[in-house]
Amino acid sequence: MLRKLPKITVWRAIFAVILLSGLYATYLRIVYGLAGTTNLSDKFPWGLWIGFDVMCGVALAAGGFTLVAIVHIFAIERYKPVLRPAILTAFLGYLLVVVGLLYDLGRPDRLWHPLVMWNPRSVMFEVAWCVTLYTTVLFLEFLPMVFERFGWHKPMEWIHRISVPLMILGVMLSTLHQSSLGSLFLIVPEKLYPFWYSPILPLLFYVSSIAVGLAMTIFESWHSSRAFGRALELPLLASMARVLAVLLSVYLWIRFLDLAHRHVFGLLLRNRTETWLFLLEMALMIVPTVMLYQRSVRMRPGALYACAVMVVFSVITNRLNVGITGLEAGSGTHYFPRWSEVAVTLSIVATGFAIFRVIAGYFPVFEAHSLEHARAEVEEKEADSITVG
Amino acid sequence: MPKAILYDSTLCIGCKACEGACAERWGLPYGDSVAAEEKISAHKLTAVETHGDHFSRRLCMNCLQPACASVCPVGAIQKTSLGPVVYDASKCMGCRYCMQACPFQVPTYEWSSRLPKMRKCDMCYPRQSQGKVTACAEACPVGATKCGERDALIAEARQRLAEKPDQYYPKIYGLTEVGGTSVFYLSAVPFEQIGLRTNVPQEPLPETTWRVLELLPDVVSTGSVLLGGIWWITNRREEVARKEGKR
Repeated sequence: MLRKLPKITVWRAIFAVILLSGLYATYLRIVYGLAGTTNLSDKFPWGLWIGFDVMCGVALAAGGFTLVAIVHIFAIERYKPVLRPAILTAFLGYLLVVVGLLYDLGRPDRLWHPLVMWNPRSVMFEVAWCVTLYTTVLFLEFLPMVFERFGWHKPMEWIHRISVPLMILGVMLSTLHQSSLGSLFLIVPEKLYPFWYSPILPLLFYVSSIAVGLAMTIFESWHSSRAFGRALELPLLASMARVLAVLLSVYLWIRFLDLAHRHVFGLLLRNRTETWLFLLEMALMIVPTVMLYQRSVRMRPGALYACAVMVVFSVITNRLNVGITGLEAGSGTHYFPRWSEVAVTLSIVATGFAIFRVIAGYFPVFEAHSLEHARAEVEEKEADSITVG
Repeated sequence: MPKAILYDSTLCIGCKACEGACAERWGLPYGDSVAAEEKISAHKLTAVETHGDHFSRRLCMNCLQPACASVCPVGAIQKTSLGPVVYDASKCMGCRYCMQACPFQVPTYEWSSRLPKMRKCDMCYPRQSQGKVTACAEACPVGATKCGERDALIAEARQRLAEKPDQYYPKIYGLTEVGGTSVFYLSAVPFEQIGLRTNVPQEPLPETTWRVLELLPDVVSTGSVLLGGIWWITNRREEVARKEGKR
């Protein structure tokens, strides 16, 4: 019997510790409320669960809509091998965002209220609707992997029939709420530090979400190639890195123009936490941008991975600055998450990794070949009635 | 006719009768320990603060265009035509966006409760809709807090400034802040010296988000046509390629 126990490795031990502390924090959250688990206050109502679990969670799941657009709408078939992992990441990401929200909301039992009680003037209302609809879209985009696993051809054909409007809907919904997470903070002009408060926050959030979506795809490919012993799709990732370099350059340029037009560069001379956090965010983006323009970096898996990680951390820093640190001075208070807030967040992230691994091991996430056959058959039937002209 | 409150810091004697009356109106416990707390919280919806020789009262500003009401995803907060900004706890899901959005940091939360609610002054909406003045104004022994028609109170505040210019800092707080509020302050010293935020924008805050939100239908319709068009072009190319390949 003992032989059947899973081997204890360092990673599994860490995973178990994280999950146990997360479970205890969950118990505290249910019994003692937000006061018993968070360092939130009347002056600082949003903390780690909004700043990281929701804002970073949604941004890091942006690879889903980015790759759907690239592969299916722009029809760049080359990127197909990384499409399914990106969709799965996005689907799990959004589910975990909802889990994070359940911890953060004062009344999680009323999560559904925005669906029936409307206030179209509220950005949060729009985000709630978009996230609900987009999670549904992601579920439908994930379903083909299930159908393929069990060889269900009928439902596969059915879902293929609605796939184009579905994909366009998914990209539009993502465009809306990725940018709207930035719009949330347009209402606090006097609270958010000038490095981050900008009238073009929605645009900055949108462009950076596309960039981090690509960076996450590179990050995942690298990890899954190690976890599942697959060969890394290096030429594909290298060409994606080119796109990423251009996107990052565009983002940095918009950011520069924004800061210049608002005349806030003078603030860089102040020795404040905000200055250092801003510089960290910028450094973590400028360094990979410069590196990714070198062919030698793009073609070396290790260097490519390092660049992707830097971009991911830059965007995480940005979201935390907008959602947490940039608001501290303006709110006249300090906030540092309590252990239980961190434990819940880490548990959510760890659970995400674990579920991804299980699903990727069980469903055809990394090979899309048989789907292609099924699809080609369907298309062939349709193609007969089309004349070339 | 919208109602308002005029609070004159130069008249206030710091007796905290307003605090007691407010607690009674909400059915909240009030004693020496609560009276000693100089900040508003979920169990104290108005508070008299001491700033050196001056007193200052904190309460919800009941803005003309409230940020809290505009950001609430479920419409739990509403601006009434009578003036008060009211809250329906049965709708609230506890996202606390109202607290984040309020430039005066007024909404407070029942952090320790298992079924928490947001808490804030509602300018005694139930009393005012029966034609009565707010509990705080009724309790004030020196007339430092006055409740009445908004226009009449502005006129009265201007008159006080004109009659005794040497006793007042020559401005009315609340007239233009965030596009105007339903609570006005008069003070002997600049307002930041009695703990009021003077860096708040002079334009109504809901405009900042609405400017973006109103573009939504345009973005969605244009984006969908564009994406659909791109798909049609790129996939037509594929069809052509396939047909030609067959020949």
